[in-house]
Parts: sequence; structure tokens; C-alpha cells
Amino acid sequence: MSGHSTYEPKYAAERWLDKRLPIVRFGVDFMGFPSPRNLNYWYAFGGILTLCLMAQIITGIILAMHYTPDVDLAFDSVQRIRRDVPFGWLLQPMHAVGASMFFLAVYIHMFRGMFYGSYKNPRELLWIIGCLIYLVMMATGFLGYTLPWGQMSFWGATVITGFFGAIPVVGESLQQWLLGGYSIGNPTLQRFFSLHYLLPFIICALVGLHVWAVHHVGQNNPIGIEPKSKSDTLPFHPFYTMKDAFAIAVFLLIFALFVFYLPDALGHADNYQRANPMVTPPHIVPEWYFLPFYAILRAVPDKLMGIMLMFGAIAVLFVLPWLDTAKVRSMRFRPITRWFFIIFLVMGFILGWCGANSPDDIAIPIGEHGMSFKWVSRIATLYYFAYFFPILPIMGWIEKTKPLPDSITKAVLSGDA
Amino acid sequence: MLKTITKAFATVAIASTSLFAISIPAKAAGGGEHKIEKQNWGFNGPFGTYNRPAMQRGYQVYKEVCSSCHALEHLSFRHLGDKGGPFYDAEFPNPNDNPVVKAFAKDWTVERIDQDSGDPMDDTGIPADKFPDIFPNAIAAAASNGGAVPPDLSIIIPARTGGADYIFALLTGYDSDESHDGVYHNAAFPGGAIKMAPPLFDDLIEYADGTKATSEQMARDVTEFLAWSGDPKMEVRKTVGFATFLFLFIFALLLFMTYKEVWKDVEH
Repeated sequence: MSGHSTYEPKYAAERWLDKRLPIVRFGVDFMGFPSPRNLNYWYAFGGILTLCLMAQIITGIILAMHYTPDVDLAFDSVQRIRRDVPFGWLLQPMHAVGASMFFLAVYIHMFRGMFYGSYKNPRELLWIIGCLIYLVMMATGFLGYTLPWGQMSFWGATVITGFFGAIPVVGESLQQWLLGGYSIGNPTLQRFFSLHYLLPFIICALVGLHVWAVHHVGQNNPIGIEPKSKSDTLPFHPFYTMKDAFAIAVFLLIFALFVFYLPDALGHADNYQRANPMVTPPHIVPEWYFLPFYAILRAVPDKLMGIMLMFGAIAVLFVLPWLDTAKVRSMRFRPITRWFFIIFLVMGFILGWCGANSPDDIAIPIGEHGMSFKWVSRIATLYYFAYFFPILPIMGWIEKTKPLPDSITKAVLSGDA
Repeated sequence: MLKTITKAFATVAIASTSLFAISIPAKAAGGGEHKIEKQNWGFNGPFGTYNRPAMQRGYQVYKEVCSSCHALEHLSFRHLGDKGGPFYDAEFPNPNDNPVVKAFAKDWTVERIDQDSGDPMDDTGIPADKFPDIFPNAIAAAASNGGAVPPDLSIIIPARTGGADYIFALLTGYDSDESHDGVYHNAAFPGGAIKMAPPLFDDLIEYADGTKATSEQMARDVTEFLAWSGDPKMEVRKTVGFATFLFLFIFALLLFMTYKEVWKDVEH
């Protein structure tokens, strides 16, 4: 951790412990971490995400005690949890809705990082570890969605594992190896359950690295300049613990709204139908948090090309720190790029909208035939990639940024932070 | 500046959420011409509860009409007497003791293994038994129903886009009882062609509570019963939800005041 320890043991017992295992010192220094004094509520999502991860693990461990990973029993065991297991009616929707809330928070957290340039020197690794967490989260979310063994579970898994089959030469054998057979069956469900239980702990480890990295380089802030003096920062506790705690309580209100009053609003009715390999649902749609990538996948007619674009859409995030050539971090001082970013955000939502609809349906009724979702998603996909290249590198070179404040303290006191 | 950006974020978020809200159900409905009318169910809304007499009549409709083809895979007889269930009796907190539930269980035949000979035998149900399967397997079910497997009804309402409104619209959506090659026209069914014959006619059954059994009344009652069967813990969930909201709201308020207190000497 950065900085010198300010901890002074007050009692003999503390001194005794501090000499042998400075765990209290570690905790005190950790919580006293100097944080820029101008962090806004968008910075509360780190804390919110920690809560989401804990909530998923705790509810998940209890659900795993009652769930049965067997193609003949999985669907019934989920119903049994909802009907007969004490508080199962609460835990099951908490876990299912919790996944959505987790992704909601992670998207806000990522867009916040992109807006304030939190991926720039010296935070490239911090950002990359974050991208890794997101990638493992996606895998965990996908694996978890197959476990209830409903129609969407089964067919979603069929579509996603089919991606691997499209890889040239090794695709088919790779797909069989992943599935444990020629098609999705009991071996698939059992390994998916095992991995779904494993991956959250890998996320925990990555979160440890992520937090370590942020404590080493320090938090970025809305104006994107480094703290220079002591007056630029505040100790994390109690200033940001209290601010984050309030933000978490508000987030929990939204969480509770879905868990108690709209538990099925984010899911799909077809997943209340038992998986049936003989009946394909009319529309196979993934969970909402995968919809933008699903739209990118379907934007091109060639399967392999679509898969490469879809994985490319995630891969490009990893090199974002080197694509954005601007020295100024925060979009607040980048008057033009800021609008490119807002369009990028809108395009993300448009891709989600396209992913939820059939590619050939009409999205916008203009012209003689109207514009299909396929074409809307093609335009949005093009912009998605164009934002990373060439918009960001070029804007970094040509944009005239606004003057940066001298220090965080000055910006705060003049009301600009 | 912060305000403009926050506003831009918020506008985008709200606009896109409403886009999702509109687009997802519209697509999922299947794109047919069928119209599902919204009904004013007592279980709608944040304080909605199930109508107990309607559920009880609905069970009678299920038993006397639907159960000739449709199973309730995820229900046991004892669930009928659970707290929040149609035949809950506060005097019998353990539904296995509830005499009404016991009597209903007796109406059904379940398969057991004879404990002396080990041979399969038929027996009358007890509250702990599950509702029995109607057909031995899906092939038999399809063979007796013109090739269409009658779906399980215990979670039919969450399993259909439109939920209770859809099931009610389906049950009341037949315009004639004439079939073309075993297929009936139903305005609510996606595609309009359904293999289930119109199941409900006026005065098809005689309600135990004396309510007049019009086909619409029966459709309404059985939908109420199936809504409970699909989401039996809805009432407790909403009650706990309200308490949770109240708690979180006050808690958030207190945290906000604490936050302001902690920051009061810091200019920001």
C-alpha cells in the first residue's frame, strides 16, 4: 500500500499483536486510504459491487445446498426451492435478480471509468484487471443462467456453446470437450454447475488484485488530476464509507423493488418451461446484460465473423488505455470527445434494443420498407468499434482540451469539481 | 458541469430503459394479431392479494375440468392448505392435518408400492402426496390429444408472456366450438390455432359455494387458482417487501444524515 502507516497501537494487547501480526495496522491503513475529496456518487459503485459479489456468494452457497444439477431434477429442484425450502422464495429471486443488479452496477462502474479516463497511466493494469473481472462475471452469469434448466437456459447454452464449434479446425472437438458430449446433456449441466461455483472465487481473487492496484495508484477523480497536497484528499473512512453506505442503501431500494415486486421482470417467461431439446423457442434471447453483444454477433451474416466481432467488442476494452491517446483524463475537459462518448453510450443501449428483437423485424419505419434491426445493429456496431478506433486516437491528437484546474482543492473551492 | 453530465447520463438511462420496457414484451408476444386484455386482478399491484373464495372455486374447476388432461407437476395436496393457499385454515397450521385438504387428497388416486408384496398398487392420496401425473409420459399425452402435449398448469402463468391476463384471454378467446381437423380458433393463442377444445361452457360444473358457473366466471376463478399455484409465496413476499422498503428508506435517510454530518466541515 502507498504512504506511511499512521497507526499507533494504544493498548498493550494491540502492541503485542502488532509486533506479531500487524492485521489491525493493515485494516486501519486500508480504511484510512487517502481519497480525492471530490469523488461523486458515480464512485460509489465499487462499494456497491463488493456488496453484490458478497450477496451472490452468500445466496448462492445456500441455494447450492438445495439445488440438484441433474437434467431430470434441476428444474424441479428450483421450483422446490421457491415453494418448500424455508426462505427459498426470497433467496432464489435475490440470486437471480442479484445477477442483474451486479451487471447493472458493473456497467455503471465501467462507463464511469471510461468517462473520467480512469484507465489512463498509471491505472492501465487496474482497468485490465477490471476487464478480466467483467469477463469472468459474464462467464459466471451465463453458466448460472443454464442451471434452472428452463427452455432459455437450454437454448441459450446451445447458442453460446455453438460459438466454439465455429472456430476453424479445432472447433468441433473443442465444443464436444466443453459440453462433455455431442450435445448439451447431463455432463454439461454438471460441469456448468461446478464452474459456476468456482468462478465467483476467481472473481474474489481478481477483486483483491483490483483493490490492491487502486490502493497503490490511488483513485482517479471527476477532474482527473492527481492529488498534490494533503488538502486534496480525505481518509476513505469515515468520509467515503459514509457516502458509499448511503449510496448502497439507495441501490438496495432498487434491488428490493425487483426482488419483492418484479422478480420476473428481468427474466424470460420461457425459462419457466422445462428444457425441451425437441422444441426450439421462437426467439432465443440471452439475459438483458448480454443483449448488446448478442446484437453485434447477429449483425453480420457470417457466423465466425460475428463471433470474432462479439469477442472483439470485449477484447477492445483491454487495449483501451493505449487507444485513447489523450493526456487529459476526464471527459469534462474534452468538449468534443465527451459527445462521442455519450453517443457511444446511446449506441450501447441501441445494441441492447436490437439484441432483444428479431434481426429482420422493422426497427424504424422509414422509407419504403423500413429499417430492420439488423441494419440498426450494423450501424451501432460500426460506431461501437469506431469509437475505440479511430475516434479515440484521433481525438487525443487533435482535440483542444479545456484548461485543467491547478489542484483538486482549488477546483473544489471554486465549485468546478 | 457535473449537473449536465449527470443529466445526460440519466436521460440516456431513462430513455433506454423505457425502450427495453416496450420492446421486450412486444416481441416476446410472438408478433401475431392476438390481443391480450389487461384484467383488474386482486393480486395485481404492490399490495395485491389472492382472492380466497375465487381460488377455492378455481380448484374445483381444475379438478372437474382441467385435470382430465393437465397436471399440476409442482404441487402437492398439502400446498392447498399452506399459509396463503386456497384452503388454509389457521386452526391447522400443519396442512397435513387440515381436514379439507385430507378430503381433497382422497379424491385422487396415487400409485404406491404395496409394503407387503412390493407390487405397484393404486391408493387414495394423502396431503403429503404430489398431484399425480395425468399421462404416464409425454408420448402418451400427445397421442391422446391430437399430437399436442397438454402443458403442466402449476407454473403456466409465469411461463407465459402476459401471465394471468393471457390465460384468462385464452380460456375466453374461443369464437366457436367447431374444429377444423382437430384445431380450434382462439384469438388469444399465438398464431390463433390451438388443439385444446373449448374447455368451459356455462353451467358445466356446479360450484360448491352456489356461485353461478358461467364460463367467464370459471375462467376467472381457475386463473386465480393457477396464479397462486405459479407464485404461492407472492403474498408473503409483498408483505416482507413492504417492511424491507420501509426499513431501507429510514436507514437510507439516517445514513444520508450521518454522511452530511461527517462532511459538514469539509468544503466540497
